[in-house]
Amino acid sequence: MRGGTHARWVVGAVAVALAATACGSESSGGSADAGAVLSASWGDPQNPLEPANTNEVQGGKVLDMIFRGLKRYDPETGAAENMLAESIETSDSQNFTIKIKDGWTFSNGEKVTARSFVDAWNYGASLKNNQRNAYFFGYIEGYDKVHPDSGEQTADKLSGLKVVDELTFTVKLTQKFSTFPDTLGYNAYAPLPRAFFEDHDAWVAKPVGNGPYLVDSYTKGSQISLRRWEEYPGDDKAQNGGVDLKVYTDNNTAYTDLLAGNLDLVDDVPAAQLKNVKKDLGDRYLNTPAGILQTLAFPYYDKAWNKPGMEKVRTGLSRAIDRKQITETIFHKTRTPATDWTSPVLGKDGGFRDGLCGDACEYDPEAAKKLIKEGGGLPGGRVTITFNADTGSHKDWVEAVCNSINNALDNERACTAGPVGTFADFRSRITQRKMSGPFRAGWQMDYPLIQNFLQPLYYTNASSNDGKWSNEKFDDLVDRANRESDPAKAVELFQQAEEVVRDNMAAIPLWYQNGSAGWSERLSGVKLNPFSVPVYHEIKVS
Amino acid sequence: MGRYVVRRLLQMIPVFIGATLLIFLMVHVMGDPVAGLCGERRCDPATAARLRQEFGLDQPVWQQYLTYMGNIVTGDFGTAFNGQEVTELMSTAFPVTIRLTLVAICFEIVIGITLGVLTGLRRGRPVDTSVLLVTLVVISVPTFVTGLLLQLLLGVKWGLIRPSVSSAAPFGELLVPGLVLASVSLAYVTRLTRTSIAENRRSDYVRTAVAKGLPRRRVVVRHLLRNSLIPVVTFIGADIGFLMGGAIVTERIFNIHGVGYQLFQGILRQNTQTVVGFVTVLVLVFLLCNLVVDLLYAVLDPRIRYA
Repeated sequence: MRGGTHARWVVGAVAVALAATACGSESSGGSADAGAVLSASWGDPQNPLEPANTNEVQGGKVLDMIFRGLKRYDPETGAAENMLAESIETSDSQNFTIKIKDGWTFSNGEKVTARSFVDAWNYGASLKNNQRNAYFFGYIEGYDKVHPDSGEQTADKLSGLKVVDELTFTVKLTQKFSTFPDTLGYNAYAPLPRAFFEDHDAWVAKPVGNGPYLVDSYTKGSQISLRRWEEYPGDDKAQNGGVDLKVYTDNNTAYTDLLAGNLDLVDDVPAAQLKNVKKDLGDRYLNTPAGILQTLAFPYYDKAWNKPGMEKVRTGLSRAIDRKQITETIFHKTRTPATDWTSPVLGKDGGFRDGLCGDACEYDPEAAKKLIKEGGGLPGGRVTITFNADTGSHKDWVEAVCNSINNALDNERACTAGPVGTFADFRSRITQRKMSGPFRAGWQMDYPLIQNFLQPLYYTNASSNDGKWSNEKFDDLVDRANRESDPAKAVELFQQAEEVVRDNMAAIPLWYQNGSAGWSERLSGVKLNPFSVPVYHEIKVS
Repeated sequence: MGRYVVRRLLQMIPVFIGATLLIFLMVHVMGDPVAGLCGERRCDPATAARLRQEFGLDQPVWQQYLTYMGNIVTGDFGTAFNGQEVTELMSTAFPVTIRLTLVAICFEIVIGITLGVLTGLRRGRPVDTSVLLVTLVVISVPTFVTGLLLQLLLGVKWGLIRPSVSSAAPFGELLVPGLVLASVSLAYVTRLTRTSIAENRRSDYVRTAVAKGLPRRRVVVRHLLRNSLIPVVTFIGADIGFLMGGAIVTERIFNIHGVGYQLFQGILRQNTQTVVGFVTVLVLVFLLCNLVVDLLYAVLDPRIRYA
């Protein structure tokens, strides 16, 4: 009976393991325990965990916990509020004087000074450091010297940054940019301790920052353990003892682990589980708007899409898409039909205007048919929507969009889906201008400003203007908005620019994406910020 | 014997070079990996150029391949895009996958061969028919269905196991994933052993052994089973390589951070260094397994000799 003893041993081991976990949770008692640690799902960050090198949400989660910048975006409203900044003053929207609050330190004891910021920004901008977010420093004077488009860099430091005294530094921009202070909450602008520069490898292996958590241990590719930093000087102290972020390859497994009680927090509920989520989790599920907009972009370098009259065809395509039905059936209402080119998280004051798109985003097959006919018809009689098939449920919705277009136009061959194997390949085809028809374009905001939804995407030659759309009127309005020192007027100008995007249908807005999270019974106070990242430090564990 | 082994080892060299070259070219054909590093936006040209230079992507493919092979000889498998050495990734991934494979192979050998002998000796009886039926079901159901089903039942409904494997991945946690991974091969091993045993049961040497008055147990284990194992050993040997590389689905379901996970991640991110590095090692494992299998023939069947 060797099999028998074997099985008994297994059951024994399982029982021991269960008992061990049970003890772990029992000791924390019934009510909120400030010392308890929660576990949450995570994905392997694509790049090393440096502030100016992290441009995706997984690495951003950690940076958000271990760093505090000059500004911080309110988790609920998205408004930029002073964090480390005592004041950010300017008289001309171009020269800024930044004063830092006294009393902030890094978790290794080093004081946060003006130099911590200036060194970090110089590092981030410098070409030789290969930082993916370098372009964030592009507005600062001297960027073209430390980060030339081609050739060797001729300077190591941005000439626009000057340390005045221990807690003050000045920033000079190359152009007027009134909302520049509000961008400073982005991770790329975080301060860095000397240890980052002196022993870089050790720092990357175990990052040291100035946020409410410190890194206890980091096993690349599987887990990072963050613990509360007891001496954290800020007001937003962690309400729990720490967070263990565990890497999951598949969010379905994370969800299963949550159901089995092995995981406390899942911040990306898989699409396949959406119909069960109410039954499985009850009210321990959150589904809130995030600063993500999905659009269809067009290749303006292709003459067929750029000739006069094509704006009618694009608007026609937009009107042929039944957004409401697709968001309900495919996404189970975790997307909201888009009615402008920004995001509801900006709020009314921030520039979100519900219905700015107007008729152009309303589903109307008759109007769609008419518009496309007037505009000269689809180039070659048909369109192919290109997308990357490796992540998300892109295939499902692209096919649904095509079906909707085909039905509206009464032509079964009007629209087809064109999958590309990997995201990298998809991106490289876009940069090499190989698109021949509409393609998937998603935009996750860097900071909650209307500027971030328009300028990088539609300004001539902007970094994410994948379709190479160019419009003088739009560029002019954006320039004027950036110069405007009154925020309300700036927003108004940006909205006028957005109207230009609408009138030309530069890209078809599809839907606003929501962030979702599900959690175990131990947790309370779970919130998602506008970047769809859980606000870890406010979570209470019982 | 020694000469045979040396000849086989020498034969591995061209196979190894050919296989790595193919993989290298295939990953290269997938396009420019740097484009995917900057999220939904264009990498600024200067940074992209620097990254290409750093990873050697600005050179022609043949030169990239030569540099890469040169480095491999010195044990340098390059650096992944997240700044980790590929050898470091291997040192964390391979132990996990090797443990998983060991568990799977154990299941195959213990359960598969036992069931095979049992059914082979009782051909046509109810045991035989029912086992055959079960193996048929196991073979026809895809691994991910078995995996997800066991995970849901044992992990969530009955709470017997953890649905996912922790990053340390001890043997205890790998039992269910190992069983899932082994399931299809296990069914094949059962069927192979059964056929082989049933065939050899009527052979002369078995009849001789029985006539000599040897105890039944000895006849079955020493004479019948040993000679019947040759096709099974071939299958299991080839399966080791297959299990190590083909565990992607199982590793994904149970969140095991092994070779499959690294390969999957590497392919998604078009990380040439990771993919080629891991596949290179897998090719070596395949080749070595095959050699060991061939040598095992001689041990199992005294009639086979290698000069």
